[in-house]
Amino acid sequence: MEHLELFFKSIFVDNMVFAYFLGMCSYLAVSKKVSTAVGLGAAVIFVLMITVPLNWLLDQYLLQEGALSWLGEEYASYDLSFLSFIMFIATIATMVQLVEIIVEKFSPSLYNSLGIFLPLIAVNCAILGGSLFMQSREIETLGLAFNYGISSGIGWFLAIIAIAAIREKIRYSAVPPALRGLGITFIITGLMAIGFMSFGGMLTGGDDAPKAEDKTAIIKNEIEKETEDATETVSLVVDLTK
Amino acid sequence: MGLLSKKDTKLITDPLADNNPITIQVLGICSALAITAQLKPSIVMAISVIFVMGVGNIVISLMRNIIPSKIRIIVQLIVVATLVIIVDQVLKAFAYSLSKELSVFIGLIITNCIIMGRFEAFALGNGVWRSFLDGVGNALGYGVILIIVGFFRELLGSGTLFGLKVLGDSVEKTGLYAYGYENNGFMVLPPMALIVVGIIIWIQRSRNKALIED
Repeated sequence: MEHLELFFKSIFVDNMVFAYFLGMCSYLAVSKKVSTAVGLGAAVIFVLMITVPLNWLLDQYLLQEGALSWLGEEYASYDLSFLSFIMFIATIATMVQLVEIIVEKFSPSLYNSLGIFLPLIAVNCAILGGSLFMQSREIETLGLAFNYGISSGIGWFLAIIAIAAIREKIRYSAVPPALRGLGITFIITGLMAIGFMSFGGMLTGGDDAPKAEDKTAIIKNEIEKETEDATETVSLVVDLTK
Repeated sequence: MGLLSKKDTKLITDPLADNNPITIQVLGICSALAITAQLKPSIVMAISVIFVMGVGNIVISLMRNIIPSKIRIIVQLIVVATLVIIVDQVLKAFAYSLSKELSVFIGLIITNCIIMGRFEAFALGNGVWRSFLDGVGNALGYGVILIIVGFFRELLGSGTLFGLKVLGDSVEKTGLYAYGYENNGFMVLPPMALIVVGIIIWIQRSRNKALIED
């Protein structure tokens, strides 16, 4: 359940592009054709899937306050979290390079379709953003970190495919000359983001329901207490009158 | 300006208008939009980027002859990451609430495409002084857009500037609010940042026809 909630939340509610504007540069630059957009989107999912869990491990066992306690008691008080930017970006850059080499070796056809985009990805804010959000939201287990990586990648993938499809169609429309190209893309993305905001209500229902129950339970308790008090005072009064 | 030759002045003034990194080169939008709901974080962000770009361009320009071209991206990332850590620690020490508000977006300066773009396009091939000017110029161009967007979003969205109620008090109905003016709460939400930038691009390109894409 926790997994499912995180999955849908990171795809729709906390969508990388529409809620946080992460990876906008490549989003705008590579969204002229659907086929290239698919390539880049797939590469982003792939790299996020690897780097987020890796950085989670780094964060848990190296960077967080008290993370070094596995080395021994005297290391427990170290807090290296100020190094997290440099560690995360180094991991991402090396992973991207590694993935490029491995893919080239074992699957030339995949390499040909992803190849050009892989080096671009090292400087895609969505990748670093994924790791930084993973850290700031204190995701608890490795499984959840893995889930978060994949689902936010899918969210980004959806966004870039949607805008690429719209941009292919919009070529046939009469856009005001000054808005052509970049301007209209910005405005369309804004409108799409407004659409995606409606997903915000999707998950709050689940959170609210138990809270409402809690409230009624509290009220019930209070009423019971009050009635108890009342009966007590009544019995007191009865005793007094006797 | 006696200090700057004509060519050097152009390095600073060009990115402010006709070669603006955000509206023309389409770089660095990633970290720009999410923090412009108010003016103050926009200005802090602009200053941080000016610092990182100015110093980063100097460092890369100094090292340009010793970086092997195969691993230059990693070297550039490490240089930027170090500078961003400095900015982050300074903010945490002197403006803690602001650094909480900017959260991950200070970290995302690292992957700000303007920085990598300028390193690649300029600092790797030019001298220290010119690289510094180019870095500061582009960061200023970025900052100007950030401040314009932040100004309009805060003014129209919450009726304040730097948290000061310039349009009157919306609860007590003073100032403009006495005449029935209402805040446009929509401006504070993330999608409007995109639409405001879209409108800036529209205005800029209608004034300068040479920039229109076909």
